[in-house]
Amino acid sequence: MHSGTQDVLLPTAAIALALLLFGGFVALAGVNPAEMWLTLFNGAFGTWFAWQNTLQRAAPLMLTALCVALPARAGLIVIGGEGALVLGGLACAALPMLLPLPDNLAGTVLVCAAGALAGAAWVVLAGGLRQYRGINETISSLLLAYVAIGLFKHLVEGPLRDPASLNKPSTLALSEGMRLGGIAGSDVHWGLMLGVVACVALGLWLRWTAQGFALRVVGGNPRTAQLVGLPASRLILLACALGGACAGLAGAVEVAAVHTNANASLIAGYGYAGILVSFIARHNPLAIVPVAILFGGFGAAGSLLQRRLELPDASVLVLQGLAFVLILASEAVRDADWRALARRLLRPTPPQGDTP
Amino acid sequence: MTPDQWVALVAGIVGGALRVGVPYLFVSLGECLTEKSGRINLGLEGVLVLSAMAAFGGAYLSGSPWLGVLAGAVAGGLLAALHAGLCSLPRVNDVATGIALMLLGTGLAFYLGKPLIQPQAPQIPAIELGWWSDSPVVRSALQVNALLPVGLALAGLLGWGLVHTRWGLLVRMAGDSAHAARSLGYSVNGIRLASTVVGGMVAGLGGASLTLFYPGSWNEGISSGQGLIAVALVIFARWSPWRCVGAAALFGGAGAIGPALQSAGIGWGYHLFNTVPYVLTLVILVFTCKPGSVAAGSPGELSATR
Repeated sequence: MHSGTQDVLLPTAAIALALLLFGGFVALAGVNPAEMWLTLFNGAFGTWFAWQNTLQRAAPLMLTALCVALPARAGLIVIGGEGALVLGGLACAALPMLLPLPDNLAGTVLVCAAGALAGAAWVVLAGGLRQYRGINETISSLLLAYVAIGLFKHLVEGPLRDPASLNKPSTLALSEGMRLGGIAGSDVHWGLMLGVVACVALGLWLRWTAQGFALRVVGGNPRTAQLVGLPASRLILLACALGGACAGLAGAVEVAAVHTNANASLIAGYGYAGILVSFIARHNPLAIVPVAILFGGFGAAGSLLQRRLELPDASVLVLQGLAFVLILASEAVRDADWRALARRLLRPTPPQGDTP
Repeated sequence: MTPDQWVALVAGIVGGALRVGVPYLFVSLGECLTEKSGRINLGLEGVLVLSAMAAFGGAYLSGSPWLGVLAGAVAGGLLAALHAGLCSLPRVNDVATGIALMLLGTGLAFYLGKPLIQPQAPQIPAIELGWWSDSPVVRSALQVNALLPVGLALAGLLGWGLVHTRWGLLVRMAGDSAHAARSLGYSVNGIRLASTVVGGMVAGLGGASLTLFYPGSWNEGISSGQGLIAVALVIFARWSPWRCVGAAALFGGAGAIGPALQSAGIGWGYHLFNTVPYVLTLVILVFTCKPGSVAAGSPGELSATR
């Protein structure tokens, strides 16, 4: 089979199998699987309202998935996107409290840039610890995510807290002019456009520029990269910076378009779901767009599953976990000789040899 | 601070080291065994959360904390078996599988544990080590989980067994040179499967001590990266079960600083002090890892420590 075909077929089959298994799983809880699949579809893509919810969730997923995909192409498994997202949101909300910003598009650009910078710095820290101190980046990035969340809670509940927010500690809200609005009057905010543009731009950069190619060499074969004298550390840190900037931007977009201030609802697990999205997209930025929309849809349908079928809100997590496990397992059947297998199954050698 | 506050603070940290350290001890022992066989199981975070839920559910339904502990160990072993099974497949990476199981384990635990958030389950009895003191603060701080002696015994057994028994030698051989194990006719995947499953069961005891002793209830924030810290802790302990005991106590104490300060009446920076274990892990990794060289005592087949 052609490898490009497999890249599409294997993840599709894995997600289909995950949905099937999830159907069996909810059947154990006494829920009709067919009804669950229908609710899942309706909640994700059934109505215009569902589509808006789906696309709203897909925007941060695209950006956090890029935070996994870019370092992965450079050979690093970074799973601390949640930390970059949280700090990005915090920086976005904190900047107008520290500096007087113009209450217009320029202000929006500045707060988003602050978010991207904060996220980039956080992931570069994990990349730098690996390059210069030899620390496993998977572990350090996740530890840094917990540190970021602690920092976020400390600042939001302490120094940066809006005294008027009593029950739910939060920072001061962004002023009206700095917020990101909906596209063409819908609930889908401009963050979706940012996510798609980032995916396409970074996909093209990886595929068509010399720097992107060098990055893929570093990730694909470090020894070759060393032999031809590529600046491996610089490229790896660049990948971390770009990925972290995307995750930080995701946090900034969530603040500027959805929450309007930084509060604990920002810690919603987009960073972790982004890992899954990136793995399913095989760390290909262009493929992240449709996968993020699919998983944004599952996330959007979660509340409908909860309301209609009384499934726990964690059921979407189970579905995500099953999909992740099956995606990894599907690698084992890549390049399997399906024709030979089919021949063997269709024409079994008879044990007695009495068939004509 | 007044002398009373100091007593409360020190008692809180020491007591925390004994209480919070127990889950660290079990998870790091489990991870130590798994890594000795040459595979890293990042999914122990998922194992910890799932086994914590299973232990709580088992104790709640059966009425016996010990059956709960058993349920936790079995749940941990099952999830670890899934990790080992997946990693035995060709072209499946152990680090990525660990991340997947982290997600699946927590998802399953939150899903199945939804009805367990309200009720109370029977708890593991405490061993009173504070009988010599009159101070109620000290006495309550020195109430120790009955699983702690089990953990210490396991550490000793593991430390001795890895060196002196045939099984221990096989595990270390699979971890240091898969070729050597294969050429002697042993199944590397089989050895790693067994080590991962047993490691998951040991880690499951850690989950049980979370929900059945301290904090002693099931909620969705029961573990925040403790399974993952334990992975780093094994690197810090240089793959020695004995050193895992000390490392677990250190991390338990670090994790107890925030709550101890709060109980001593200092509320400032609660969230900041809660990040101390993570920062401590990072600082320790900075000092123990060296670029371009393999950490001392690291199993040769382990990819994640470079």
